[in-house]
Amino acid sequence: MKALTANRLIDGEVVWLGRAAAWVEILAEARVLEGEAAEAEALALGAAAVAGRLIVDPYLIDLERADGGLQPVRLRERIRAHGPTMRPDLGKQARPHSSAA
Amino acid sequence: MYRYDEFDESFVSSRVAQFRDQVRRRLSGDLSEDQFKPLRLMNGVYLQLHAYMLRVAIPYGTLNARQMRKLAEVARTYDRGYGHFTTRQNIQFNWPRLQDVPDILAELAEVEMHAIQTSGNCIRNVTADHFAGAAADEVADPRPYAEILRQWSSLHPEFSFLPRKFKIAVTGAAHDRAAVQVHDIGLQLVRDEAGSIGFTVFVGGGLGRTPMVARKVRDFLPETDLLAYTEAILRVYNRYGRRDNKYKARVKILMHETGLDTLRADIEREFEEVRSGVLDLPKAEVDRITAYFAPPPFAQEEAGDADAFAQALDSDPALAVFAERNLAPHKAPGYASLTISLKPIGEAPGDASAEQMELVADLAETFGHDEIRVSHEQNLVLPHVRRADVPEIFRRLRGAGLAEANAGLITDIIACPGMDYCALATARSIPVAQRISERFAASGRQQEIGDLKVKISGCINACGHHHVGHIGILGVEKKGEEYYQITLGGSGDENTAIGQIVGRGFSYDGIVDAVETVVDTYLGLRQSPQEDFLAAYRRVGDAPFKEALYGTA
Repeated sequence: MKALTANRLIDGEVVWLGRAAAWVEILAEARVLEGEAAEAEALALGAAAVAGRLIVDPYLIDLERADGGLQPVRLRERIRAHGPTMRPDLGKQARPHSSAA
Repeated sequence: MYRYDEFDESFVSSRVAQFRDQVRRRLSGDLSEDQFKPLRLMNGVYLQLHAYMLRVAIPYGTLNARQMRKLAEVARTYDRGYGHFTTRQNIQFNWPRLQDVPDILAELAEVEMHAIQTSGNCIRNVTADHFAGAAADEVADPRPYAEILRQWSSLHPEFSFLPRKFKIAVTGAAHDRAAVQVHDIGLQLVRDEAGSIGFTVFVGGGLGRTPMVARKVRDFLPETDLLAYTEAILRVYNRYGRRDNKYKARVKILMHETGLDTLRADIEREFEEVRSGVLDLPKAEVDRITAYFAPPPFAQEEAGDADAFAQALDSDPALAVFAERNLAPHKAPGYASLTISLKPIGEAPGDASAEQMELVADLAETFGHDEIRVSHEQNLVLPHVRRADVPEIFRRLRGAGLAEANAGLITDIIACPGMDYCALATARSIPVAQRISERFAASGRQQEIGDLKVKISGCINACGHHHVGHIGILGVEKKGEEYYQITLGGSGDENTAIGQIVGRGFSYDGIVDAVETVVDTYLGLRQSPQEDFLAAYRRVGDAPFKEALYGTA
């Protein structure tokens, strides 16, 4: 299980490829990629979004099911999804009603 | 302090305009990311985990109240209300939007600040002793020479594409507070037998994945030759430094692979080519720059000041502890340099809110001759305060959560941003620092332990200077988990040493206990409270610590 992530060009915001072709700011809305074909399609959309000046540096991350939802496997990606671990007032975790970013 | 001349103003403002155009072209698609990335890095703009990061240069860590207020304004207007002071005496903003960066740079230019050469393979911000111009033990103020080097190295066409980044540090005292021996070039101001100013020159120090202590290439370099000799070093490095492998590209590797004698001969040969030419420092120019750093008009110590201060200490134990730890001896009678610790217990080392920055600016104006310093230990300093004013300064600092009396103690921890912010990091460092800080928070316990420098890096690049921590901590990732390696016995002063790895690493949950074990071991074996951690370690070696940590010595 994977997702495609990147940073948005204009402001650096962490984003993931969404279920539609849009780039979403919340991991829970990310498109879950199962299998090579889905990954290849996502990477092609990522390349197009780079060319379209929406995002920079897209890459695939591993996901796992945890706490009733999807979470990145690596701590680095969990921190990107939520925010600095010692500053709950910063990053996506600080947004109203944020649960799993 | 130094004020921009017409040339400085012109090149900083033209650089802002140039970068504004580059951002516009990037956002409009005229520039690809590959084309734009080196341009943004030349202007201090990185892309980190959560957002862009802007690193602003604070030349030799010196700034005034107006500049500090501008940093606070930038933090509040364009960022998330705080900034992070770094181990290179700079400040970083962690959340700016790319489209806002040109406006931020324009605002900084209004107060003679910029982000040029805070990244890239060029000569970076020249750093200096944070007590420069104030310290009682100073031979001479290092800042005029740091400023001369800044002017020489800014946009230097020959040295804008070096094999790798290049860092220069200058200290004005024999007791090295600028860690010059772990810089590419370290300069220590000295006087010869005739009383003339010059420099002891060190080359090839550095931390990172291959830590090395610099080698001395000159015992005494006359003042007039500063730029010619520095240029000779840079030319030799630029010519022979490796470009085939970025991990072997720093001048420390060139020194290691070439050998001191050969490299010194190369430098001296090049020096003979360039000396006695345009790079000779005219005395008049040195005097002109030095005049910018003239000491402020210190007030005469009035009769009764010392007694009043002593009485204040007697009546307020918290103030007494603060004065003992956070005041440093000053060259002027009745004055001290006051460290404002950015390490409140349990907080992120080096972070300051906009409100805290503004308070420091107010204090500098009211009590400190409008001078502020950033130390490489991630604290702020009011270099010139009357001891008589310290009780009032302390009172105001306490109201803002900035009166931690821990300068040089175990909770005065250097920590890089680590994996909470940094794209290169492999482990978190700030939360480790916070937990150690909380573990040793009790004032009496910190005082009992005494001088102890803990330094934490979240990856092998060593921005947290862990190699020169008395206790160094390096965070790495192993099989998806954070692990923390402990080094002992490092030091970044005039007796610089690289810490030795004590054994296998500890988990995120276990690292604080391990540090406590090291500290308790020290307390158990020291010969007296006057034998600090480093002295005790140097006396007994690592065996007792290994035994305590692993039972395997």
